[in-house]
Amino acid sequence: MSDPMAEIRASFFVECEELLEALQDGLQAMEGGESDPETVNIVFRAVHSIKGGAGAFGLDRLVAFAHVFETALDEVRAGRLEADAANLSVFFRGGDILSDLVRTSRDSTNLPESETDPVLKELEALVGDVGGEADVEEVADFEPMALDFSFDDDDAAGDADPGLPSLPPLDGLDETEENEGTGGTVTVHFRPHMGLYESGNDPVPLFRSLSELGTLSAECRWESLPTLSEYEGKVAFLSWTLHLETDADDEAIREVFEFAEGRCDFEISRGEVNPSTTALDLPPLEASAPSEPASGADLTDVAPEGMLSAAPDIAPPTIEPASAPNAPAVEEADAAKPAAPPSPAAKSAPPAATASATVRVDLERIDRLVNLVGELVINQAMLSQSVGQSELPSNSPVHTGLDEFMQLTRDIQESVMMIRAQPVKSLFQRMSRIVREGSAAVGKEVRLVTTGEATEIDKTVIERLADPLTHMVRNAVDHGLESNDDREAAGKPREGRINLSAAHRSGRVVIDVSDDGGGINREKVLAKAIEKGLVPADQDLSDGEIDNLLFMPGFSTADEISNLSGRGVGMDVVRNAITALGGRISIQSAPGAGTTFSISLPLTLAVLDGMVVQSAGETLVVPLSAIAETLTLTENDIRALGPQTTVVQVRDNFVPLIDLATELGYSDPRESYVGAIVLLIAFEDGSRSALAIDAIEDQRQVVIKGLEESYGHIPGVAAATILGDGQIALILDPADLILNASGRSRRLPNLQAAG
Amino acid sequence: MVETLEKNAEVSSDQNDLELLTFRTGNHEYSVDIMSVREIRGWTRATSLPHAPNYVRGVINLRGTVLPVVDLSMRLGLETDEPSDRNVIIVVDILGRTVGMRVDAVSDILSVPRSSLQAPPGMSADEDQSFVSALTIIEGRMVRVLDLVSVLPPGTEAAA
Repeated sequence: MSDPMAEIRASFFVECEELLEALQDGLQAMEGGESDPETVNIVFRAVHSIKGGAGAFGLDRLVAFAHVFETALDEVRAGRLEADAANLSVFFRGGDILSDLVRTSRDSTNLPESETDPVLKELEALVGDVGGEADVEEVADFEPMALDFSFDDDDAAGDADPGLPSLPPLDGLDETEENEGTGGTVTVHFRPHMGLYESGNDPVPLFRSLSELGTLSAECRWESLPTLSEYEGKVAFLSWTLHLETDADDEAIREVFEFAEGRCDFEISRGEVNPSTTALDLPPLEASAPSEPASGADLTDVAPEGMLSAAPDIAPPTIEPASAPNAPAVEEADAAKPAAPPSPAAKSAPPAATASATVRVDLERIDRLVNLVGELVINQAMLSQSVGQSELPSNSPVHTGLDEFMQLTRDIQESVMMIRAQPVKSLFQRMSRIVREGSAAVGKEVRLVTTGEATEIDKTVIERLADPLTHMVRNAVDHGLESNDDREAAGKPREGRINLSAAHRSGRVVIDVSDDGGGINREKVLAKAIEKGLVPADQDLSDGEIDNLLFMPGFSTADEISNLSGRGVGMDVVRNAITALGGRISIQSAPGAGTTFSISLPLTLAVLDGMVVQSAGETLVVPLSAIAETLTLTENDIRALGPQTTVVQVRDNFVPLIDLATELGYSDPRESYVGAIVLLIAFEDGSRSALAIDAIEDQRQVVIKGLEESYGHIPGVAAATILGDGQIALILDPADLILNASGRSRRLPNLQAAG
Repeated sequence: MVETLEKNAEVSSDQNDLELLTFRTGNHEYSVDIMSVREIRGWTRATSLPHAPNYVRGVINLRGTVLPVVDLSMRLGLETDEPSDRNVIIVVDILGRTVGMRVDAVSDILSVPRSSLQAPPGMSADEDQSFVSALTIIEGRMVRVLDLVSVLPPGTEAAA
């Protein structure tokens, strides 16, 4: 049995990830100049929600940090703190620390205080700047919104229903300051937005908590309710005026509404209320209600009907008749059409509907589905094969049906693969943090520009891409870009620029990391490579070959080892990681203009384009991406090299001949390679090898089946697949195979080959 | 078929009895605890694995999963011939992994009291490779209970 609390905790952390993403988005939007209140609100709410959840799980450090962060953001929200570049950078770092804290809380590890403290101090300093006024203004904190509402309400009341009794809060407003916190009667105007109901909140518990503070009387304002024929189910119509006799101060009242914040308008005012308002006003309200729909169209957004079912608890039974016909509509309420809230800030907000269009599914279930679809593909291939062998006429219904089946299978497979696909956005967001930290460490001003964030790749690819990409971005910051002064001297903008882009290109995903720095200093690279003995001193290398030296193991051009890079873990590690994903990496560089690293990746790790070949009676699959060309050898192509080795002449080059059957231990090298078919395998570093096989059977997509789990790693073999006849074929890992190859391709005379 | 086997085993076995599936391989009789048997299937050609020990026949497709198959006779150092269609593969779960064992034929299901099992005498010549975990006598015949962990192919052993 799993601990239910652990499950809730786990889902909290999943939610945190989303909130952190929203936080990043919001901050980036603010950085991009969007300073509308809703963006600020989104950022604030993200931090606030994390704080709320963390509180529930007793994650004190997270709460403490989120609180300070939230306080600072609240200053921005209240307009007392400007979201300028300097402050935003503090917020960005705050976001980084917050995500670190979330992560460490999740893993139950500890984040050293030395990490959190500096940012905490900076955040506190931001609040401190305006701290002097804060105490005084605390009271006015919510007033901008509240006033919005009250004007709105005022207008509405004035225009739409002159017969409505004058609102008590209006005079109450004037008395706010004198009565603050001193007890007496508090009037709360509460107008929920549709969002309140959509998020599963109900006003009744709010009223109940309020009534715990004192004596509460509630008055439901339903004058905006249209007639049934004009009734719209997804709009919030109702609002309340609540009179509370209490000693509690405004803060306590606000706390009650904490969770409804942003999803309702509410206003607190103090002052003696004419006791008659509560009871005596109801008849006129009721009387005026029928006249509403005609004149009160602009009021349709005032309050939700969801209230109606709840209202009888508190409100007098006068509205009971209305609740019955409206109740069914409540159930239909969905996120598709959020009520336009009256505050201008919220109007510019993107519809909340997008968030509810997703489903969270356990990855294991998806993987099972992917596996099953893999089975389906194999099964379909088997079926095709047996139908092909039967002697049915090609226009028989079986054939046409099978063709449709094939098409469907392919569609299903593609759709299922898309489920595993995720936008690279989360990955790019991590990179923006790397750039921030990296540029701070080396003292360069760097701007990261990302494009194609919505490009989707397999989730596993994204996860395994994080490390190499981090490395490349760090490299770009550290080596790629010149120092700010050098840039100015070269007539470039002071601020360095790194572009991170993702795009789909012919069935693959291409991710580019480019900088507008000085480009690769080829002389220096070459000198370094010669110094390290990686290339002979007198070798003549083309520009491309020099660039590719960066991928040599143990290569580093940084003169001084900085904190950031140059620790000997170089681009070779990056390239290996990319190759392991079935990808390729290349460099383009122009002196003075910058360097671009391009990574090209397969869309998924579950299928592979392969060439089905025969070797010593075994069927094998060679990844198509590794094959440069195929040749049939003639006598002139083959040259003996050593006693056991052979090279093949391909145009003007000699490439080593590797016999697949020998390397896999299936058979001894054959007598003669004349007439043999070889696959020319190309490597990222430009070198090539010729792999001798018996025959090429087919070229097609195969479903990858891991071998490591069921058997273990086999040198030279990447995985397995199931062919159309139900047989298993091994998928080769040409790089691994050739790296470990003996190269034995000739039989020694009179010598039994061992092994 | 497998389900029925397992169900019967559950019904008839009480705490003191051990259900054994006996089979012949290389003209010897061996047995395994029936609870570790997942299914029994006919021989199909296996795809051989490079660089694998000689007793690993290769891998077969078991309804979409890749199943390594061990030739039990070879593993036990017994005489063996090329697999024929009459051979069977016993699919067993060992340490959370699934492995197939190629044997000549399945013979019987026996229920033996646990108390009748005796530890095999320690023989120094076989010390490194003791494939028998217990011995018992049924109707005058010696039945060897196979130690499944020791027949695992090496890669899986390390990983498991």
